[in-house]
Amino acid sequence: MSNDIFVWIEQFRGQPASVSYEALGLARRLADNWGSKVTACLFGGEGVAALAQEALSHGADRVLVAEDATLAEFRIEPQIALLARAVREANPAVVLIGATFRGRELGPALAVELDTGCVADCTALELEEGHLVATRPIYAGKLLCKCVIPERRPQIFTIRVRAFPRPEPDTARSGEVIQVQPGLTEEEIAVKVTGFLEAAAGVSLAEASIIVSGGRGVGGPEGFAPIRELAEVLGAAVGASRAAVDAGWIPYEHQVGQTGKTVSPDLYIACGISGAIQHQAGMRTSKVIVAINKDPDAPIFKLAHYGIVGDLFKVVPALTAALRERMR
Amino acid sequence: MHIVVCTKQTPDSEAKMSVDASGKVSWGGSPLIINPWDEYAVEEALRLREMHGGKVTVISMGPPEAVEALKHAIAMGCDEAVRIWEDACADSDTLATSYVLAKAIEKMGDVDLVLFGKSAIDSQTWQVGVAVARRLGLPALMYVIKIAALDPAQKTITVERLLEEGRQVVTAPLPAVVGTTKGINEPRYTSFMGIRKAARMAYPTWSLADIGAEVNKVGVAGSGVRWPEIFMPPAREGEAEIIKGETIEETVSLLVDRLLAEKVI
Repeated sequence: MSNDIFVWIEQFRGQPASVSYEALGLARRLADNWGSKVTACLFGGEGVAALAQEALSHGADRVLVAEDATLAEFRIEPQIALLARAVREANPAVVLIGATFRGRELGPALAVELDTGCVADCTALELEEGHLVATRPIYAGKLLCKCVIPERRPQIFTIRVRAFPRPEPDTARSGEVIQVQPGLTEEEIAVKVTGFLEAAAGVSLAEASIIVSGGRGVGGPEGFAPIRELAEVLGAAVGASRAAVDAGWIPYEHQVGQTGKTVSPDLYIACGISGAIQHQAGMRTSKVIVAINKDPDAPIFKLAHYGIVGDLFKVVPALTAALRERMR
Repeated sequence: MHIVVCTKQTPDSEAKMSVDASGKVSWGGSPLIINPWDEYAVEEALRLREMHGGKVTVISMGPPEAVEALKHAIAMGCDEAVRIWEDACADSDTLATSYVLAKAIEKMGDVDLVLFGKSAIDSQTWQVGVAVARRLGLPALMYVIKIAALDPAQKTITVERLLEEGRQVVTAPLPAVVGTTKGINEPRYTSFMGIRKAARMAYPTWSLADIGAEVNKVGVAGSGVRWPEIFMPPAREGEAEIIKGETIEETVSLLVDRLLAEKVI
């Protein structure tokens, strides 16, 4: 058993997920502390090897690369076959995976395969007396839980998107790039991907550094127009409260909160959102929160850093205009 | 078709959670309910039964209180319910829980489809569905927002499932494990007849011996993860700084100043 660390690199059609680099940065810090090595696992379709240097630049010492048609679309079976084999060969102490849709599947699947533990959705990971202690939100962030994997190895952690800093790439870093063969043939994989329906263009909520959200106060589907304009000026993603989604004003994919997505942007602008505890659960870790609401007693003002009491249909367009002016 | 829905009992989503000095978690006077995400799985199972016939069995690993989650699922329209428990199961992590559920499903033998909610609102691991699928050697189709086609004769299922960039359309052979998500349906309310049926039904409890599970693979002994400490997150100090200028233009301009100073735009 070494103190080496494996990081699974997530990508979609050659575009890396930012959280994988956040994981590499975390792995690098731990490995420097232990004097151990970081291995990036990059398994995808043809051309994915182009990301190997980026993985090195973001902190890996070596990169395992598999390029194969079976890996072009994400599926658990071929990814796990490779990842489990690589882990068995190298015996790392830790495997880090981003807590995305894909990562939340791979973490527990790998844990079952290797009969070990997987801590989900970590927002902190600290060395305490030589042991890794993870912190993760439970009960929609109403409570925090410290978790350890005391005996079994490797220790698998999925990490929340944007919970750990993304390292500055150091292009001078170099390392080994090792080609590995896929673990399964197409015939051995039961699940077939037959199509992909791309989400409407726009910034992804989970990775967005700025989110502009609308709630009940938006009043209807057309009420999201000023929200979208503000988002566009800021290069922000558009979010929504459950009230707006349940009313059918905007698709579920935009929902932030306990029954939607959990986000942690640098700036969260809540427009016409009262701030029910379920909504807060999805956005309370945002760095700066701005609330725009008619009701001065809305609970969102207890959580927000800055508030404007007023009609969002006047305030939001004025804010959009002011930003256009300043950013020119 | 035999469809199994796995459920968990959780505190209500509106519960005010607290932790006492000894680290014990409590949820005040809030009721324990069926995990709200699981209602989507129950609803989808009932719809599939309405289309294709067969029966829906709801199962839960949990102490005696967990029967309330099973009752809710029966009141919605499920046919049978089984609780799996003995004290050795207490403090199981997802590795151990998935072992118990997989053993119970194996025991049933004739299962075509296993449904889960996307995650439990208390522990929020998103793990047990995938883990059960892997233990059973079945396809794991998670975050499913639409079952596009299900053919019991050909034994295939096609679903649309959520990924960050859009919806992946996948086909798999049955039996399979499907994790549902909000948006797949609108769960029905319990009916008066259903509530009566749920009140009168017997809820069998399977022991580890009943499902052929080894005691050293459940509970603390069978778990990889331990959680030595649960605590309240630090409260945010104070209230929002309310920004107010003479005009709306001045107000938003003051806000932009603050955001530039915070370096978030």
